[in-house]
Amino acid sequence: MKYVDEFRNGILAKNIAANIAREVNPNGQSRSPHPNPKGEGTNERSRESQNIRTYRLMEFCGGHTHAISRYGLIDLLPASVRLIHGPGCPVCVLPIGRVDQAIRLAREAGVILCTYADTLRVPASDNLSLMRARAQGSDVRMIYSTQDALKIARENPLREVVFLAIGFETTTPPTAVAVRQASVEGLKNFSILCDHVLTPAAMHAILKVAGGVALDGFIGPAHVSTIIGSKPYEPFADDYGKPVVIAGFEPLDVMQAILMLVRQINDGRAVVENEFTRAVTREGNLKAQQLVAEVFELRDTFEWRGLGSVPDSALKLRPAFAAFDAELKFSVDYVAVPDNKACECAAILRGQKRPQECKIFGTVCTPENPIGSCMVSSEGACAAHYAFGRFRETA
Amino acid sequence: MTVKPNYSRPLDIKHGRVDMSHGSGGRAMAQLITELFAAAFDNEYLSQGNDGALLPQAAGRLVMATDSHVVSPLFFAGGDIGSLSVHGTLNDVAMMGAQPLYLSASFILEEGFLLRDLERIALSMARASKEAGVPIVTGDTKVVEHGKGDGVFITTTGVGVVREGVVLSGDKAEPGDKILLSGTIGDHGMAILSQREGLSFSAPIVSDSAALHGLVAAMLDSGAQLRVLRDPTRGGLATTLNEIAGQSGVGMMLYESAIPVNLPVEAACEFLGLDPLYVANEGKLVAICAPEDAQHLLAVMRAHPLAENASIIGEVLEDAHGFVQLTTRMGGRRVVDWLAGEQLPRIC
Repeated sequence: MKYVDEFRNGILAKNIAANIAREVNPNGQSRSPHPNPKGEGTNERSRESQNIRTYRLMEFCGGHTHAISRYGLIDLLPASVRLIHGPGCPVCVLPIGRVDQAIRLAREAGVILCTYADTLRVPASDNLSLMRARAQGSDVRMIYSTQDALKIARENPLREVVFLAIGFETTTPPTAVAVRQASVEGLKNFSILCDHVLTPAAMHAILKVAGGVALDGFIGPAHVSTIIGSKPYEPFADDYGKPVVIAGFEPLDVMQAILMLVRQINDGRAVVENEFTRAVTREGNLKAQQLVAEVFELRDTFEWRGLGSVPDSALKLRPAFAAFDAELKFSVDYVAVPDNKACECAAILRGQKRPQECKIFGTVCTPENPIGSCMVSSEGACAAHYAFGRFRETA
Repeated sequence: MTVKPNYSRPLDIKHGRVDMSHGSGGRAMAQLITELFAAAFDNEYLSQGNDGALLPQAAGRLVMATDSHVVSPLFFAGGDIGSLSVHGTLNDVAMMGAQPLYLSASFILEEGFLLRDLERIALSMARASKEAGVPIVTGDTKVVEHGKGDGVFITTTGVGVVREGVVLSGDKAEPGDKILLSGTIGDHGMAILSQREGLSFSAPIVSDSAALHGLVAAMLDSGAQLRVLRDPTRGGLATTLNEIAGQSGVGMMLYESAIPVNLPVEAACEFLGLDPLYVANEGKLVAICAPEDAQHLLAVMRAHPLAENASIIGEVLEDAHGFVQLTTRMGGRRVVDWLAGEQLPRIC
């Protein structure tokens, strides 16, 4: 497939892998990172007894986590390159209280609650999820686009329609479009529960968290960066000294970004580089940014799963659009709810633990019966490891 | 005074709709059966007109399989619920290594359903059954109130005979065996989904719905030591292989580059964030055979019009954990797991 196959080319991947291996261990014997297709002795990539430096790279986005697991990229990398999953998965970072809010609206206010796919399965309080609320009779609908939610509102003028708006900067502009459209049309039965969050704020939080994970660099977001550009990441390089390489979501993008990060680290440089030049500019999509600025403003603070309350990390509707704010319209307050005690989602979202280090991973908590949000979305670190990487622990 | 001859106005197929009387057991039902179903399916067993079909003695062990069909849209590129309901059950019988002989068909109709659509479906079933050489010998019709069905649901049951010496079962895969696939994956599911979502491509995606018992017969004739045959329908190739791995207590290693996917299917999956490994097929089969017979079996399959793109997609491994693994085009490895819940498009 054009514009896709080029970025999934196995031969090129091996070339990049060889370059990474050379950069990481310039004097080393050319130990081939090529995997053994029979799956024997998989974990025996000897972590050398010699002093080889390690490269701890966080891929912020769930999209990257998914690509890394789905294409088995770990098999192409030397053991000294460690990838740490970040919090960039929209449903993963949504705390229980936010899902509870939506469920309350659907059950008690009798609204038609619309949202994107995976959100339906996020576990909430009282053993509920939006999907279970639906099974119990609430009107919860999965939509593909904010336009679907508007359509439902137009077709049901006597019902209140609430769109549970989640996601990072990628999904915010379509929500802004819908709100503006509803305003122009005078659509009185449409409102949104706004849980849109901001990437750079979360990256700050990751670096500032006490006793936090030690990182040598970031693989920067793909789709998010098409909107916000590469400029917002410059403080991470300038102030924190962490290299950032923005990468597309295809496997070759990820491999190339890793090579670029390793080179920066070896050179002692820390700058923002852009691997995803086919879609990302320094300034980003100005039109989308204007649209978002017109409709939304910063929330003072927002609670994230794993990161806690982070100042200036999320958006709410501006007063001019208050009529479309479901939180005001239905006076449904946010009530913080602690995570399940056994669930390590919080530490996993901070990069401090790996999915397989959680006691309930793969036992009590599975994709069929998720306890924590990271097991829900295919972009979640736990779901990705469960679905694609589980065999690595057995070898 | 003369008795008037029995006369009833023929069914108005062009403008009529199913109503509750068509399921009541009265004249209206008899008329629907005679003028629509029996007219389409006509064969010597059905025309016995009894509660069941009296069938001749079968030569061999019997296989019986049943399948309910609900699909939206009812009509799609490459078929409709009628042809699908025939192919689906024939294939289940065929995967047991059997020659299908007879079919039954049971309809649940929703009040208000257009008779002309029903006739179109019945004619399509008749065509599929005739092409397959397997008659629909008995059936049933029920009508549910408007809003309690989705137009039409069809349940078909098939009976067939297995030839002497053939024993196929999901628990027979052995380490070292080869895994063969009869062609491209994901065509049926994406034909349905792209129509539902209003996605159009320069070349439309056509369902692969087809009866596979002819292909199976050729494969059995080849003399290859077949262990397992299965059609990867709902849940796709990934689900089918996980089922077999579980039943046989083995693992598998697949080669991504050997699994054929049609370009528009790949594009549609990419667009919707789906994985073709989990998308339904209705005219494909997976075969597991002894390693020494794999090349011969592959050649036999490729010589059949329904398996021109057949390939060897992997092998069976010893693995206590029963993982189905995949070597990606990138050269990495990953698990190909059971599908969790529904396959849903991703958010960002």
